[in-house]
Parts: sequence; structure tokens; C-alpha cells
Amino acid sequence: MMAQPQQPITSAFTPLVKRNNAPYLQVNKVWKHYGNFAALKDVSLEIKDGEFVCFLGPSGCGKTTLLRAIAGLDPQSRGEIVQGGQTISLLPPEQRDFGIVFQSYALFPNLTVAKNIAYGLRSLKLSRNQIEAKVTELLNTIGLSDMAYKYPAQLSGGQQQRIALARALATEPSLLLLDEPLSALDARVRLHLRQEIRKLQRKLGITTIMVTHDQEEALAMADRIVVMNHGIVEQVGTPEEVYRRPINAFVANFVGTMNLLPVKVSGNKQVRLQERLINCRRYKKQQTAAAWLAFRPEVAAIKPAGLHGDDKHYEYFNGTVLHTEFMGNFLRIEVNLSDFQQSVQVDVSSQHTDLTLCMAGHQVSLAVPVNELQVFDRYDNSAATGDAGHSAVATDEVAA
Amino acid sequence: MNLTKSFKTATAGLVGVMALMSANVQAATELKVYTALESEQLRPYAKAFNQQYPDIKIKWVRDSTGIVTAKLLAEKNNPQADVIWGLAATSLLVLKDQDMLQPYAPKGLEKLSPKFRDKAATPSWVGMDAWMASLCFNTIEAKKLGLPKPTSWEDLTKPVYRGHVVMPNPASSGTGFLDVSSWLQLFGEDKGWDYMDRLHNNIARYTHSGSKPCKLAAAGEAPIGISFAYRGASLKEKGAPLDVIYPQEGLGWDMGAASIVKGTNNLDAAQKLMDFAVSKEANKLYSKSFAVVAYPGVAQPIPHFPVDAERLMMNNDFEWSASNRKQILSTWQSRYDSKSEPK
Amino acid sequence: MSGMASDHLSGGFQNKELEEQGAIKADKVRLSRQDYIQRAAVLLAVLFLFVALILPLGTMPIKSLQNAEGDFIGLANFASYISNPALFQSVLNSLQIALISTGVVLTLAFLFAYGLTRTCMPGKKTLRALTLLPLFAPSLLPAISLIYLLGNQGIFKEVLMGASVYGPIGIVIGMCFWVFPHVLMIMVTALSNSDARLYEAAQVMKASPLRTFFTVTLPSAKYGLISAGFVAFTLVITDFGVPKVIGGDFKVLATDIYKQVVGQQNFQMGAVVSVILLLPAVFSFAADRLVQKKQVAMLSARAVPYIPKPNPVKDNLFLAICLLVVSAILLVIGTAAYASFVSFWPYNMELSLQHYDFESVGSSWDYYFNSIEMAVWVALIGTGIVFFNAYLVEKGRAFEPVRNLLHLMAMIPMAVPGMVLGLAYIFFFNQPDNPLNFIYATMAILVLNSVVHFYTVCHLTSVTALKQIDGEFESVSASLKIPFYVTFWRITLPVSLPAVLEISVYLFVNAMTTVSAVIFIYSSDTMLASISVLNMDEAGNTASAAGMGVLILLTCLTVKGLHWLLSQQILGLTQGWRNR
Repeated sequence: MMAQPQQPITSAFTPLVKRNNAPYLQVNKVWKHYGNFAALKDVSLEIKDGEFVCFLGPSGCGKTTLLRAIAGLDPQSRGEIVQGGQTISLLPPEQRDFGIVFQSYALFPNLTVAKNIAYGLRSLKLSRNQIEAKVTELLNTIGLSDMAYKYPAQLSGGQQQRIALARALATEPSLLLLDEPLSALDARVRLHLRQEIRKLQRKLGITTIMVTHDQEEALAMADRIVVMNHGIVEQVGTPEEVYRRPINAFVANFVGTMNLLPVKVSGNKQVRLQERLINCRRYKKQQTAAAWLAFRPEVAAIKPAGLHGDDKHYEYFNGTVLHTEFMGNFLRIEVNLSDFQQSVQVDVSSQHTDLTLCMAGHQVSLAVPVNELQVFDRYDNSAATGDAGHSAVATDEVAA
Repeated sequence: MNLTKSFKTATAGLVGVMALMSANVQAATELKVYTALESEQLRPYAKAFNQQYPDIKIKWVRDSTGIVTAKLLAEKNNPQADVIWGLAATSLLVLKDQDMLQPYAPKGLEKLSPKFRDKAATPSWVGMDAWMASLCFNTIEAKKLGLPKPTSWEDLTKPVYRGHVVMPNPASSGTGFLDVSSWLQLFGEDKGWDYMDRLHNNIARYTHSGSKPCKLAAAGEAPIGISFAYRGASLKEKGAPLDVIYPQEGLGWDMGAASIVKGTNNLDAAQKLMDFAVSKEANKLYSKSFAVVAYPGVAQPIPHFPVDAERLMMNNDFEWSASNRKQILSTWQSRYDSKSEPK
Repeated sequence: MSGMASDHLSGGFQNKELEEQGAIKADKVRLSRQDYIQRAAVLLAVLFLFVALILPLGTMPIKSLQNAEGDFIGLANFASYISNPALFQSVLNSLQIALISTGVVLTLAFLFAYGLTRTCMPGKKTLRALTLLPLFAPSLLPAISLIYLLGNQGIFKEVLMGASVYGPIGIVIGMCFWVFPHVLMIMVTALSNSDARLYEAAQVMKASPLRTFFTVTLPSAKYGLISAGFVAFTLVITDFGVPKVIGGDFKVLATDIYKQVVGQQNFQMGAVVSVILLLPAVFSFAADRLVQKKQVAMLSARAVPYIPKPNPVKDNLFLAICLLVVSAILLVIGTAAYASFVSFWPYNMELSLQHYDFESVGSSWDYYFNSIEMAVWVALIGTGIVFFNAYLVEKGRAFEPVRNLLHLMAMIPMAVPGMVLGLAYIFFFNQPDNPLNFIYATMAILVLNSVVHFYTVCHLTSVTALKQIDGEFESVSASLKIPFYVTFWRITLPVSLPAVLEISVYLFVNAMTTVSAVIFIYSSDTMLASISVLNMDEAGNTASAAGMGVLILLTCLTVKGLHWLLSQQILGLTQGWRNR
């Protein structure tokens, strides 16, 4: 049989208790080339034991490439990957220690659910009884005990993905890789399943990497998010860090929605729009004079036109309501700002807002807390929106 | 590990199967015999041989004279045949010229007519029988078309027969070749080609095999087929409305002959077959299909077979035919094989 | 904690970095046991095609540049070929026949396919099934049948108004029968892929039916038509059976090879004709690949299938056309069957079984059983080899250049006419210093030749089937530490069983009916039924030849029937997962 770094079989699903500080998985300066195209450019990462990490980014950003390099399915061109203290980057996939779940489920259609789950167990040389016990246990865990003798095609998408998860976990790998596992499911199932996956992961304490292009999914599930774009890592952080304090315009706009307004830098606590100086959060020295002034749609309050209040903690922007979408618990309002000749998006609670203000054509004033006004680098001839194409309101307009 | 093993076993099995398919698991000696004999003669010949030599099994390779000759030449560097039994003497002369024949004097050789053997003291080949050209004439179709019965080669060039004559292609058929070589010998080269030019105008098509023109005549596809006598007689026996005609200018003929192929691994068995091929028993078999055989006094009349065959047989110069074979065929081909314009 | 190259926008930086690295060398990933096994298998597959296809074919151009003694003489053989009007005429004849037959078949097949896909005529399934009949017999059979129908003693000879069936007329008619099902399959596919929305648009814009036909129907079936045209052209120009039986003295390239080699003992000239015959085949093959690529691109868009509406006039018209075609096919096959029972056509029309006494005409039932034996081997071994090789190509890991090479090699046989392959096998395997010489004149060489001869279609069928399987099965099994060959055996093979069965039936039928390649390499022990059809016809035993042909047809139909039953019954059991 193949030599492999197989963990000793402990009793099923004992949560891993060791929580030392050494990272469980290290990615060091990894490159991946396809011909002259570099899909991964000098990527480095560390993932702690038991952590749930999401690789988030638009399609083509290299997140799946990185996952497949970690699995050994598409080995890196250069660089090193260390798992549990052992360099694995030159090992073929069958000698690495991981379980994997794909978007397509990749369930074997001609095998029953039970046989699908048991498929990897034959490599462990277990007795028939042991295998049966293990399969039963897994089926219980995923709540599909009565489906053992059905074929995958007889199950719903959500059920199939749970089987795929059980199959990946059956051999008790110490690393679980999920490649867009929820993308093929409908919205409702997706919500439900992501809670279940997270619950199971916590219970087992298994280090998990999930690839997704859905920022909401990443925010909801991950301990930490790795935001990727064009083959590089843009930012690594907890969901809150990534959302509240994005490191640049791309991250800001890819994770959630961000209004971006073109301005020039002025000191480190103000930006300038023509003659007007606008207070904002303290920012680091910028590489360029041009900058984006950014705020999230939900931090702005909508006020009647001309009504200015607290000038110290708020900045006010005058504009005209273009249109309003009723989203249930909140309203999404598009406001054209006269100073910028550009529209922004504002989300306001449908209960605490004067709805008459939100009628199209109405003159309004937007109040944004200074603390929520962030500044990012702005490069000429570049779109800050990256590939994401989210509700971006920023345009390419460059202030003269 | 088990699976790797079974994988290997499967591969080994496949190789084994290939080897099995290519091997002849046979206790007795097996002789590969190349022949242009008529298909229906093969079984009785082999049976008679096995009554004397039950341990030697004959594997026949049968085809038209041209094909068997081509095959033998193709395999010159790696001969597949052990013995040739029943191939035109002109072809054997070609093979002898290529040094592909193993000289051997069979037991009883001296009893054969001197005409029916290679002139060398240890002959490279021995004759079996002679077959001769003849016309197969479908009386029913002839009546329908108002065709008179031809009696000579010259008759066939008459305009009335235009498109009604079929003959074998000399390149592939031994009978076709003996026709052409006999006309060249009978009429002289120039007049021979002139005759064929005129005959060509009347030919409906040239067939691949020598017996096919007669079968086409028997089936009414063509009223007149230039073929050989035995075929006509046997078809008439089966009920075909045929007359077998010997053209009066003389008959081309060739000799069926036998030889050992040089390089055979079964020389002993091959020699036994040669011994049998010249025996009286064998000649009795030949005489069922051939009016003239190598062993004097054996020949008997064959039903529907014209009686005066031996008298009409021309004086055939095999050496000339063989040494000019290539030249004759290429001339013939450039003259007539281009009969390709759609009619 | 992380390398945050935030500068994702300055592309120049990356390019410079790339240049500095010079030739980008990937780290060598260690190969596992599995990798070694898989690479060995891929290399073995390449070696197989190299020995069984490339090397034999390579002898062909070499032989064509040599004289009989094996000395190099440059293009002298080609020069003498072209300067010989008799031989060169064959090129023109072949082209003429191929063009006419292609035109006729395309028209008929288009009408038939149109009837099947665009009308509401009744009995479509039956009509469709009956058109497949010619596939199950050697191409010799329709030709033989034409002798009885249109020959000088033919039942309908008046139809030709005095013209002879022996020659171009016979060849074209015979070819049309034989090629029709091949072309029809492509046409039906092409026409069923049309987008209903285009027709609705045309209707809304009040386009006349004729205008709709020329602006919607024809363009959308364009690639199918072109592809079918190439297939028909190649089949006609390389077929040997039909002109052999009914060509009379009308010479074509395919029969030329036979005559050169067999009649003239001129192997070099055979090689020359082979090389010439390879040209149109390779050309049309290349063109077809090009067209197919475009077609795939066109079809990948999601379209709404067209559902025809009843139209009594149109439906009946096409029913009439289709019935006419099917009756002609049935007539041709039926006549051959009937003639094989007639005692002595045309003088004694009593029915008898005498022509099935093959021994009496020098043939043998053994040849029939030889054919079955060979066909079974070809089906078993061929399916195994082709499907496994296709699996390596499609699902293999890394080692890409070699796998691509394997795929490329697998495409070659389609462009090689059977006779050329057969002749190449003589040249290659009959050299005494070839270590594989031992398979010469055995069943093994026939099996090998046939597997290679029909390789491409099976390869493409396998690849198509494999493409439909989830691409991640191999990744999953690697993560579960299950070797790839276990997954091949437990998952891929069972899931592809329908395609695998189809391939084996295809191989069986073709091995039963093929003449062109095996004609040069059979031996006395391995004489085949299809060749004996040819030989019996050649010797004038036409009725027995028809009988053997009918026997082959019935055998293939039986196997096809068994295949159908198997698909219905056993697949229902083993493929239970297909039913929801």
C-alpha cells in the first residue's frame, strides 16, 4: 500500500484539543504559472489549527488555484507549502492529508449513498463492521440516516452536498478543503447548509479552507477571510476587519458595498474636494495625490436639504434622490451628489426614516460620521471596482 | 496491491491471448500449401493425400493464379508457404527465376510424360495436368440476341459480338494470361496484338478470375465468356444452358504444377506431398477435372468436355511465356486496361 | 502574517518579475507510485499506436520511393504513375464518382433527415431504424444485389434504358446505399440542433416558408451538411467493395491498389496509389475537424428545441419520400436475400439452400465462424484498449504533452483508408527482421489491424462519454487515497457502460463487415466471411456471395438486437441510479 502520512485512527470525531501557536498550514511565496500567465504571484499565508478560513475573490483571482495547489491537484510552479510541520508541496495529492468537497458534489452516481461515504475507507484497511459503523455514524451526523441505500440522483442538491461532505470527512483528514461547495444550491438551502457546515466544523475542530466568491457567505462563516484578486492576496483578516477596515478600494468594494468619491489627499485627517476640505478618519501617507473618499451605504443618514448639524463629527453632502428601492426592513436610496456629479447609495431603516424625504427628485443632505469616512489610494486610469462589478457607484472620473 | 496485481494479470492475459491467437497448437506436421486450384477440388485432394499420410495436415491458401503468384513474390524474404500444389507452370518459372523453389526429384518422377516436368535432372517443379482455353457460349441468351455460334478466335472479333464477350484480365488470372500468350504465339507478336486490338472492341469487360467469364455466361450476364474447358463442363453439368467451344485455330493451355518452396521448415513432409503429387492416385484425381494429365494413360473422358482437346492444344513455349510475362502484361495493360471511359 | 502585495494594478511590475526569472521552471513534484503506473500506461498506449499505426504507415511513403529491389529512386514511381494515362484516369474517375455520389446522398439524406426532424409524419422510429440496415452488411452486398436488380438479367434492367450497370452507374447507386446511413446520422444531428426561437422570429416577421428555409434552416444545418459531405466523399473515394463488384472496367483508386498489388505484383505502385489515396482522405479529414470545432462552438449556446407542427401536405410529402428511400433499401437487401435462395438465376428460379453449401464452391462455413471469432476479439480487446486509452487522455493527471500526443495519434486512423492500412501492415509486419513478425498471417494481426482501423470513432465516442462524467472524480479519489485504476474500474467504467457497449457493438459490426484492410493480411487459417463474399463473387459464385453477405447482415442484426435488449434489461438493473 502507499506510504502516506495517515493520522492514527482515533475514536471518531474527537475534537482536536491541541491549540498551539504554531501555524498548522503555511504557504510560502507560492507562484503558479500557466504558460506566461501567472495565476498566483508570490502568495504567502498562514492558517492556524482548527481555523475556518475563506478564500474570497472574483472569478479568476486565483483562489481555486491556491486551493488546488494546497491539495496537490495542480501543484504550484514555485514556492513551499507546509502542513503540520511537514513540507508537502512536492508530494502528490494521494500522499497529502486532506478531504475535499467540490461545487459539483462529484458523488459517484453508480454507488449508493453508503458506498459513496465508504469509498475512501477501503484505503484504511478497516473491517466490514468498522466501515459500516463509521458510515452509520457519519450519516447520523449529517442527518441523512434513512438515505443510506439511495442513489445520489434520488437526493436533493443540499442532501448530495452533505453526502459529499461526509465522504470527505470519512477518512478523518486533518484539513478540509471546500471548493465553492454551496454555489450550486438555491438560496434557502445555501443559508441552511452553511450553518450546518460551520457547526460541524466547530464540533470536529478540523482546519478548513473554503473557496467562495460570495462575500456574504465568507463574512457569515469564516474565522478569517483571505481576499484575493489577480493572483495576489489583498487582505487577510477577520470578517469584521475586512468589512469595517478594508485595506484598499478593491477589498472595500468587493466585500460589501462601498461608495467611492474621487478626492485629493490633504494631510492625514482631511481630504480636499476643489476648495472644500473634508474631515475623515486618520489615514496613512498615500502613494498618490489622488484618493478615494469612501463610506458604507448604511453609515449615512438622510436629512432634509440644507439641514446641517454637528459639524465636528459629521460631514454633510447635498444631493438629489434619484430613486428608491424598498428592500423590506430597509430602503436603498440612490442619491446624486451635486459636489461630485456622481451618485452614491444609502441604506436607511424603513422604520426610522422620514419616507417623504426619499421620494425621487427630493433635495436631501447626507450626514456621514467622520469616523466612517475612509481614504484609499486612487490610481489614474484604473477602476477601483476590480472585476467584481458590485453595485459600484464609483466611476473612472478623475478630478481635474 | 491486489489491484495492481490483477491489473498486471490482466495485461499478461491480454498478451497471452494475442500469443494464443497467433500460435498454431498442432501435434501433427502442418503444411501450408499455396494453390490456384479450383476451390471445390481442394477437399478431395487433401483427403486423398491424408489417406496415405495421415500425420500431415494441409493448410490451403487459395486464390487466383495472379494473386498466389503475387503473394509468393511478396513473401519472398519471409516465405509462408511450404509447398505450391496447383499453380500455373508459367508462374512457377517466374519463381524459379527468383530462386524461390527447392529442387527435388519425387519418387516416381520417371513415370511422367517428359513434357510435364522441369528439364533439370533434379527438377524445380513437376507438372500435374493441363488446362486449356475454351469459350462458354450461352445458347439461350444467344438465341434472344440472334448471335451465331462462334467457332474460332477470329469469329469473336466480328461486329455482331460487340459488347457480348467477357474475358479474364491476364494480370490477375492465369487463364487470361495463357489466352494472351497463346494468341501471341499462334498469330505472332504483331498479329497477336492486332487481334487483341480488334477483340478489345467487342469485350464487355475484363474479369479478375478465369472462371468468372464462364459463370457470367452461365448466368446470362454475358452470352460469351472466354474461360477454360473444365469450368464450362462443370457448369453445364449443373444445368447451365452452355456450349463449350474450342476455337479451331488452336488452344492456349497451361500446366498445373507443383513445387517445394525454398526455406521450408517442413522439408520432409513437403517431399512426401511432392511424392504424392506425381503418383498415379493423384493423377486419377486430376483427371476428374482435366482431360490431359501428367501420368500417361490415366486421363478419361469428362462429361460435356469436347473430346479433341489434346489435338487442338498448341505447342506452348512456357519458358518464353514466363520470361516475357512482365513485358506482355505491361503492354497489355497500357493498351487495354485503360478501358475506363464510361460506356 | 501574510504577503500583501497591495499593488495589484501596476502590471509592469509582474511582467518584469517574470522576465527576471527567465525560463519559468516549475518545481518538480515528486511522483507517486500511481503517477508511475499511470505514466507507464500512457506510454504503453502511445507505444501501441506507434507500433500498430505510425510505423506501418511510415513504410508506405518509403516503399513508394523505392524500386522493386528496395533501392531509393526518388519520385520516379510517382512520375510513372502520372504519366500512365490508364492509371491517372483512375484519379479522375474516383473524383467523379465521389462527387456525384456525395451530391446524391446529401440530397436524399437531407430530405430524409428533414422529414424525421421537421415534420409530423408517422412511423419516424421505424423508418429511421430501417435506414440503418446497410450498416450491417459489407458494402459488397448492395453491389451484388444491384447485379440481380439491374444487371443484364436483372429484374428492373429496363430502368437503365440500355445502359450497363457495370461501371459508374452501378458504383454510384451502390455507394449511395452504403453511405446513406452514415450521412443520415450526421444530418439528423445537425437538423435537430436548430433553435426554435429563430423560427418563431421568422414567423413573426412573416417570412415565407421558402425564405425561412434558406435563411434559418440551411444556415443552422450548414456545418452538419459540410461535415456530412466530407464523410460521404471520404467513404466513397476509399471504398473498395462496391467498385470491385460492380465497377466492371471502370477503374478507381481503391481498386487500383488491389490490382497493382495483386494483379501486377507491383507493391511499389500500390504504395504510390496509397499515398495518393491518402491525400484526399487527409484533406477532407482536416477540413472536417475544422468544421466540427466551429459547430461545437455554435451548439454550445442554449437553444430551444424545435417541435414541428402538423401540416398534412408537408407531412405526407416527406412520408412519401422517406417511404421511397426505405423501400429502396429494403428492396436491395431483400433482393440479395432472395437471390441467395434461387437455384440458378435466371434459368431456374426454384428456391433452394444449395448456395449456402459454401463448401461446394470452395468457401466454407469456417470462414463465417472465423469472422465471428475475429469480431468478438476486436470488440473485446478493442473496447478495452480504446476506452482505457481515452480515459488516460481525458482523465489522466499531468504528463500533458504525451497525453495530447496520444489523442492526436488516436485521430489518425480516421484519415487512413482501410486498403492503405492493410498494405502498410504487409510492408511492416512481413519483414523477417521485425520482432513482431510472428503475428503475420495469424488472427492476431487481423484483430490488431481492425482495432486500429476503427479506432478513431470509438475514441471520440469514449471521450464524449468521459467528458460527461464529473471532472473531479479523480481528485476526490486522490484525496481519499484510492488509486486511479480502482476508480476507473469501480466508477468510470460502470458509469460509461452504455458508451462502452455501443463501442463494442460498433467494433463487432465493423469487424464483421470490413473488407478493405483485411483483404491484404488474411491467411488460409483466418479467411473471413466478408473476404469470401468478395472471392465468391470474383469467381462468379454470386448467389453464394449474396448468401454469405446476408449471413453477415443477420449476425450483425442479431448482435445489435442483443445489444438493444441488454441496454433495456441489464442496464436497467446495473444503472438503477439513472432512474430518479
